[in-house]
Amino acid sequence: MTELADLGVTGQSRGQDVVHVELGGDHDAVRHLFDDGFTMCVDLTAVDYLGYPNRAVAEGVETERFELVVGLLDLEHRRRVRLRMQISDGVELATITDIHPGAEAMEREVFDMFGFEFTGHPYLKRILLPEEWVGHPLRKDYDIGRIPVQFKDAPQGR
Amino acid sequence: MAVTDKVDTAALIQHRRDLVASDAVLRISEAEAAAQASPGDPDDERMIINMGPQHPSTHGVLRITMELKGEVVMRSRPVIGYLHTGMEKTGEDLTFLQGPTNVTRMDYASPLFTELAFSLATEQLLGLEIPERATWIRMLMTELNRMSSHLLFLATNGMDLGAVGVMIYGWKEREEVLRFFEMVTGLRMNHNYIRPGGVAADLPDGWEDALAKILTELPARLDEFDVLMTGQPIWRERTQGVGVLTTADAIALGATGPLLRSTGDAWDLRRDEPYLAYPEVDFDVVVGTYGDTFDRYAIRLNEIRESMRIVEHCLHNMPMGDYRVDDRKVTPPPRARIDQSMEALIHHFKLFTEGYSVPEGEVYAAVESPRGELGCYLVSDGSPKPLRMHIRGPSFVNLQTLPHLLQGGLVADAVAIISSVDPIMGEVDR
Repeated sequence: MTELADLGVTGQSRGQDVVHVELGGDHDAVRHLFDDGFTMCVDLTAVDYLGYPNRAVAEGVETERFELVVGLLDLEHRRRVRLRMQISDGVELATITDIHPGAEAMEREVFDMFGFEFTGHPYLKRILLPEEWVGHPLRKDYDIGRIPVQFKDAPQGR
Repeated sequence: MAVTDKVDTAALIQHRRDLVASDAVLRISEAEAAAQASPGDPDDERMIINMGPQHPSTHGVLRITMELKGEVVMRSRPVIGYLHTGMEKTGEDLTFLQGPTNVTRMDYASPLFTELAFSLATEQLLGLEIPERATWIRMLMTELNRMSSHLLFLATNGMDLGAVGVMIYGWKEREEVLRFFEMVTGLRMNHNYIRPGGVAADLPDGWEDALAKILTELPARLDEFDVLMTGQPIWRERTQGVGVLTTADAIALGATGPLLRSTGDAWDLRRDEPYLAYPEVDFDVVVGTYGDTFDRYAIRLNEIRESMRIVEHCLHNMPMGDYRVDDRKVTPPPRARIDQSMEALIHHFKLFTEGYSVPEGEVYAAVESPRGELGCYLVSDGSPKPLRMHIRGPSFVNLQTLPHLLQGGLVADAVAIISSVDPIMGEVDR
């Protein structure tokens, strides 16, 4: 039985178990947790914390601009755990599709929306946006576009 | 956890690697697919075709690129994104108060569930306890929504398989439920009814009668479905043994909801991770055995019956009290108070211009939608707008099982299988 504390800095967020794993440590953590019964990857997403660097995370965790968030579920024991990994722009991540094939679409979405590449992913292509799209919309430095309207003083499109 | 478990997991991992490496998924680019679309050799029956995005059985705008050998599906890949409107990005630009108007447009067949997941997440960040009546109204409304969503499934599933009469039956019953929604929320879809802090309005006068009417009339109609489809040999021929999924594969691919339950795994968040007041109501979790299209159909039909039990319980045990929390920082004051009290006017103004600030933190709230686990991951930086609002859509994840379900089947069965996964593209593409 792997203790959550062995995997990284543990914490609670509104009563939910959270583990902060070190950069690159997510694959191993997911593998250990799989042996413990966390057989389903429920959710995998990322967060861009640009402009919010002094946020309070667990003690001993150095914050970076991005975070990868992986939600795991143990159906047998009805447990959930959330892995959070601090990542800076441009780092390559290891895919977890070899453990959780269900993460394939989710990792593609993170690639599409945030631009992170997952090494070992079987088919890393944009999933929601067209292939030729430029940029990654869920990054905070990606502005929300506007449709130009004819009224004067109206903000114009990008 | 003993050592034997370790051995098992190694085998499981190997099985999952084989699943990824299996030739069910067509992982080639559009250009390659176009180049291989039809072979020059007339004896070669292999070809690649697109089903959708304008195909009537693809439930909106789903495209499936299929590699066929004659009539048999070899490899396939769902191509999604046609309905993508950047709703998660939009969610970052709306206040927590405005959030439900946005998320309700994701899963348009069961909008109340997305509102519920968003509201539960916001309330957990706020540390808000909501009144008992609000909880029960939420439970009543979401169960009715589960019924209307499943009735829509029965209608479209029947239609896809050529039972066109069933389409009218399903839609007719769904309309009765939607009429009740219109009475309570003012809208048939996209209600914006469940909001952080409670619900938008109390149940209107006469709701008991309207609901009792639905509950007395629907059981006989559901029995008609049994006559029309369940026991019918043609229906069984078309659905039994078609698109079989095993429990191990379903869990590996992250499939939840009826898709997972059809394989025999009785995983239902209402029972396994109870939210709202589900521990207080009596209902059964419907499971299948074979994981085929028929089981998925039968599960949804019977889940309507189980939902009716919950609705009936709500009808007779609806507690009195407030329908939203009495916290003027979160919910607006009653309209009459605005004319009398300066403070109420200020609260009202502040709420609808600036919104309310939500304490810093991150939280994940999940509910059992008609399609599976619907989760909302919210991150707040202490401002009135979420820093990140992510919806884990069950349809989005469940769609990944499609290539595995389709492989080795006929094109005609593909229509049945797509329908049995019951994807709602608004939620897939968000």
